[in-house]
Amino acid sequence: MLKTTPLNQVHRAMNAKMVDFGGWDMPLHYGSQLDEHHQVRKDAGMFDVSHMLPIDIKGNDVRTFLRQLVANNVDKLTLPGKAIYTCMLNPQGGVIDDLIIYFLSENWFRIVVNAGTAEKDTNWIQAKRDEIAPELEILPRRDLAMIAVQGPNARNKVWQVIPGSQAETENLKLFQSTTLDNYFIARTGYTGEDGFEIILPADDAATFWNALHTAGVAPAGLGARDTLRLEAGMNLYGQDMDETTSPLESGLAWTVDMKSERDFIGKQALLEKPVTHQLQGIVLLDRGVLRSHQKVVAQENDNMYEGEITSGGFSPTINQSIALARIPSQISVGNEVNVIVREKKLRAKVVKYPFVRNGKVLIEQ
Amino acid sequence: MSIPTHLKYTKSHEWVKPEEDGTVTIGITHHAQELLGDMVFVELPQTGRKLEKKEECAVVESVKAAADVYAPIGGEAIAANPDLESEPEKINEDAYSAWLFKLKPDNASDLDDLLSAADYEKLLENEDH
Repeated sequence: MLKTTPLNQVHRAMNAKMVDFGGWDMPLHYGSQLDEHHQVRKDAGMFDVSHMLPIDIKGNDVRTFLRQLVANNVDKLTLPGKAIYTCMLNPQGGVIDDLIIYFLSENWFRIVVNAGTAEKDTNWIQAKRDEIAPELEILPRRDLAMIAVQGPNARNKVWQVIPGSQAETENLKLFQSTTLDNYFIARTGYTGEDGFEIILPADDAATFWNALHTAGVAPAGLGARDTLRLEAGMNLYGQDMDETTSPLESGLAWTVDMKSERDFIGKQALLEKPVTHQLQGIVLLDRGVLRSHQKVVAQENDNMYEGEITSGGFSPTINQSIALARIPSQISVGNEVNVIVREKKLRAKVVKYPFVRNGKVLIEQ
Repeated sequence: MSIPTHLKYTKSHEWVKPEEDGTVTIGITHHAQELLGDMVFVELPQTGRKLEKKEECAVVESVKAAADVYAPIGGEAIAANPDLESEPEKINEDAYSAWLFKLKPDNASDLDDLLSAADYEKLLENEDH
């Protein structure tokens, strides 16, 4: 039996093509994944991301607990409402999950974790709580829904739909949030476009979704969500990193605080292990489509190197295939490499990612 | 969408159109393109290539996945649709006019082994359940 979000009936009424996504019955697209992708880049689209799980951590001095639990430094969160992107590591330095932490007050932090890892994360966090800070409450919030409204016109559309929200949210910077009545509104997202992620009571989700639709926001499915995040160079858990990979070899070094004295779970392992690989962008020069697990072969100073595509696909904005790949550190941006596709060697180039941000192509073509 | 009755079909969702000159034209069905979603890349057989029945001879790739296309019958590839290289989305727009390639059959009688529109419709009904 698949799990469903509070918007399941709404998706079906909108003729969504539904798929089993890690045990969740989720919309893949509502007709055309490409149209939905362009709609988000050019105007505004909305995604049901209620399969992701908000977990509230409450009690005396949550911050001290989080300093040990996650790899990024929660001391960067000084203003209430501020958010941070981080990995939660195991003692071996592998990634248990990537998540966003919102600082609401010293007694209340909210984290949002991936759907597929929600149960594992909750168990891990509870176990660590028992060891480190047994007085804290860990509260999984399945009573909430989550809708991401993304695109250059996304904020405007939300302002039309939630009375009084413009005054409350127009000064929010990226990775800031605020609470307005039943709506928790954060200027975050997974598309490389401006917009909000809004957490609200499950019972209000359908009404809010339909109001956004009436205001001209197009529904977009998981298909477009994946091509948008790939263009934006954002990691996908389970593909670009997992429990066996280091964040330092997954393009996530910027989220790992190795500078402060603070100790966190996994830090010792990261310090001891040499970094031999890097996550880089790849653009296909030949015709074809890059997919995850394809082999990347490169030559540098008479040595042959091998890597692997972690996320690949067709970029609707660039109209060419792009990928993220884990490749040996010896390979540099600008190098030409080969990708093995159905036993053929296709030509590709290593590029600095993100590929697309705020509607603009950032790579040289 | 209704299944054209003048075409033949395969279990792997190709359609086959017998032409008056004895050649056949091959594409993928509406159902196949619907399963795959928006098409972004097509790789077609070289003209002159000899194909065995059920041999992998083309690839259609959508935003979602790559799918092999099989030769419905044995024969020689005599043409590939030149429009699809730049406009693979034509398959989504009308799968029955966006043909992939043409074959000169080794044996015209092989066509008799293919599914009729009614057989193919039954196949789809069974897949749904």
